[in-house]
Amino acid sequence: MSGGPFLSIQGLGKTYADRPAVADLTLEVGRGEVLALLGPSGSGKTTTLRLLAGFETPDTGRIVVAGEDVTDVRPEARRFGMVFQHYALFPHLDVGANVAFGLALRGDAQARRVAEVLAMVDLAGYERRAVGELSGGQQQRVALARSLAPEPRVLLLDEPLSNLDPSLRERTRKELRRAITRVGITTVFVTHEQEEAFDLGDRVAVLHAGRLEQVGTPDDLYDAPATPFVARFIGRVNVLPGERAGGAPGSVALVRPEALRFTADASAPFAGTVTERRFVGDRAYFVVEAADGTSFEVLAPHGAAAVGDAVRAAVERVLFREQGAR
Amino acid sequence: MSAGRRGRGTVAAALLVAVLAWVVLYPLLVVAADALRGDVLAIVRSRAEWLALWDSVWIAIASVALAAAIGVPLAFLFERFDFPGRGVLGALMALPAVLPPLVGVIAFLFLYGESGFVARAVMAVFGLREAPWRLQGAGAILLVHAYSMYVYFYLFTRAGLARLDESMLEAAASLGAGRWRTIRRVTLPLLRPVLAGAALLTFMTALASFSAPYLFGGSFRVLTTQIVATKLNGDLPTAMVETLALTVVALAGYAFLRLGEGRGLLVAVGKGTAPRPRRIASAALRRLTAAAGWGLAALLLLPHLTLLLVSLVPDGTWTTQALPPRYTLANFAALVTEAERLRPLLNSLWMAAVATAAAIAAALLAGHLVVRLRARLARPIEWLLTLPWVVPGTVLAIGLATTFGVTRPLAGRFVLVGTALILPLAYFVRSLPLTGRAVLAGYRQLDPALEEAAQSLGAGRWKRLWRVTVPVLRPALAAGGGLAFVTALGDFVTSVLLYTYDTRPISIEILSSLRLEQVGAAAAFGVVLMAVSAAALGVGARVGGAR
Repeated sequence: MSGGPFLSIQGLGKTYADRPAVADLTLEVGRGEVLALLGPSGSGKTTTLRLLAGFETPDTGRIVVAGEDVTDVRPEARRFGMVFQHYALFPHLDVGANVAFGLALRGDAQARRVAEVLAMVDLAGYERRAVGELSGGQQQRVALARSLAPEPRVLLLDEPLSNLDPSLRERTRKELRRAITRVGITTVFVTHEQEEAFDLGDRVAVLHAGRLEQVGTPDDLYDAPATPFVARFIGRVNVLPGERAGGAPGSVALVRPEALRFTADASAPFAGTVTERRFVGDRAYFVVEAADGTSFEVLAPHGAAAVGDAVRAAVERVLFREQGAR
Repeated sequence: MSAGRRGRGTVAAALLVAVLAWVVLYPLLVVAADALRGDVLAIVRSRAEWLALWDSVWIAIASVALAAAIGVPLAFLFERFDFPGRGVLGALMALPAVLPPLVGVIAFLFLYGESGFVARAVMAVFGLREAPWRLQGAGAILLVHAYSMYVYFYLFTRAGLARLDESMLEAAASLGAGRWRTIRRVTLPLLRPVLAGAALLTFMTALASFSAPYLFGGSFRVLTTQIVATKLNGDLPTAMVETLALTVVALAGYAFLRLGEGRGLLVAVGKGTAPRPRRIASAALRRLTAAAGWGLAALLLLPHLTLLLVSLVPDGTWTTQALPPRYTLANFAALVTEAERLRPLLNSLWMAAVATAAAIAAALLAGHLVVRLRARLARPIEWLLTLPWVVPGTVLAIGLATTFGVTRPLAGRFVLVGTALILPLAYFVRSLPLTGRAVLAGYRQLDPALEEAAQSLGAGRWKRLWRVTVPVLRPALAAGGGLAFVTALGDFVTSVLLYTYDTRPISIEILSSLRLEQVGAAAAFGVVLMAVSAAALGVGARVGGAR
């Protein structure tokens, strides 16, 4: 973050019918930074985005952009661009008219701006196409071009890739990242896919039940989760009895599969039989079932064990300890 | 939803409810109050009144039965079997729909009446001196109803069959059910919502029917014609009670038939594709079906052709011949050259246009409040938009005539009867269910993100309305507006009670032309109404299909 926050969310709260959708959310986004809002469904991430766009009015808190309090500014005056989950392209207008919709420019100046923005999303010359005849990926880029055309202060993206075929997602993600970087616009986007959040976001804010659990770089979240929820939600994690991992009795220890190591040492605390092996590159996840019916996962070189082997595992690093039952 | 917008929404909703209640519900309450103030008991004990009530009900029920008996088998034939000409014939089967009620009735008069083509032909063939029948009474009314109302069952059933999932029929077959068992146990139960919907529409239309009983009823009275006769006799207290009785019957019939509709079963389970029509195997049977289809289409088209033919006959040239001896376009020329004829044409056009525009505006506001803002008064708004459809036109007209026939500003009553405002107001009230239903359905399918997208692009309220909402809702607006315009243009049932000489609409002019035995002029008006209806409904369908 350089030069202080450009977009500042201060103590934002929104309650629907007694259920808080967002509670006391405080976040800062630097100029040109891309922030991902990551969380399971019902975590309040979409509500947060709609509060930012102005489609919902917060019960508490403020939204400040470039020093201006926009909390009570209507969406049409807020100058926040938004790309909707299903794009919301106007079906009765062609690509060019969709992109020109938010422009105050008229005539040649308008046509030039439309062409410029379409070129930016690699759709040069698509002005007169009907939106219905475009592929999903193209529609998404038209929606992006339309929101960027009036030069908004902040770009908001609602689940930008969820509406695409899995085969298209990776490519579209790259194109999206390139376009956002090219414009250098401050961006907030919502996703429930970790991979998407980590790939596109400079920083990721993890939301859970309307509250901010942690905000940080993908490395921070993975290596140093601030809460048990983040530890469980980000990456894979084993939930193991704490006392056998050097903790207090009755506690549980959260351990990543790669922080468990197969060992021949008979005193290693976790033992069981390998019931499953799944390849990932030159390594593999081994599912080990203990005698008491519980199971855990170990990430190890793929030749480390075979299905049916009796194995023991030692804990190298505990990610998080918490009190209470597992 | 912001507190401010929600607040403004509530204020707007309250205003809309107030206006709708004032012109829709309030007149009905005024009628009810007037009715209960009079000597209700004396009227309730009258045998003639009960007879008219009973006649209204049984005619409506018999109309449903007849319309279903014709419409449902036709729908199965056209949706399930393939034969030469199926596409064209299938579309022709809906032709009675383009005849406004009064126009259909006069076409029947020219065709099957005592001096109509068929009677003349029969007289010529058998050398009779008098027409062998009279087109009068319950039979004549039912004939017109069956002709014009089977279309509801036909179109609804076809639409239902087209949405039916073929795999369900295959499942029944794989479980050992034969064709009849499948129809009885699977197809018909799945079609129940559409059949109930068609029955409801037919029942309400038949109960409210006025033109056919008015022209063909003779001494056979149903409530709608009884009300008008009583009012013309100057017995207002009795007319009020009769109007209240008809309102109660209509509300009860509506409530009863809505129960039968149930939930949208067909929609909930129908995800697959409908079965393709089966080619009729036997070549002879296929040709026979096609021939029967064309014969039926010709029969259905006869009233239209009759109207067209009569409109070409100069007044006074057709006396005893089986077919008219001379044809000219004089009757049509008179419509625009004679001020007396042009006047009703222009009256109907401007009154229908104003009423339709107002009804579309009200429906758009209602759609925004009910669907988008989910305003607190959403249910009353929807209910008030539906009410003029449930209540027969005669009742609406009596209500407006009573309420707006006196000036009591504190009671919200002003004299509008006798002014140029009363008919557009009546047409507006009758149009509300048509535009309301179409626009609300369109609004429900409209992705709210479209309006939000426009908003985040800087578009204010009016730009969003004109550049996004209205263009995207265009099919719904065209369908609802087209239907409303056609209904208002051909309106007879409210006009007959509310018109003044200066604002007389086409239907009243048709009637007076008939009285003066200027059948050519009456038919020419009928042809114009028919053509405008066909154009408006066709445009509605095309714009609707273009989406």
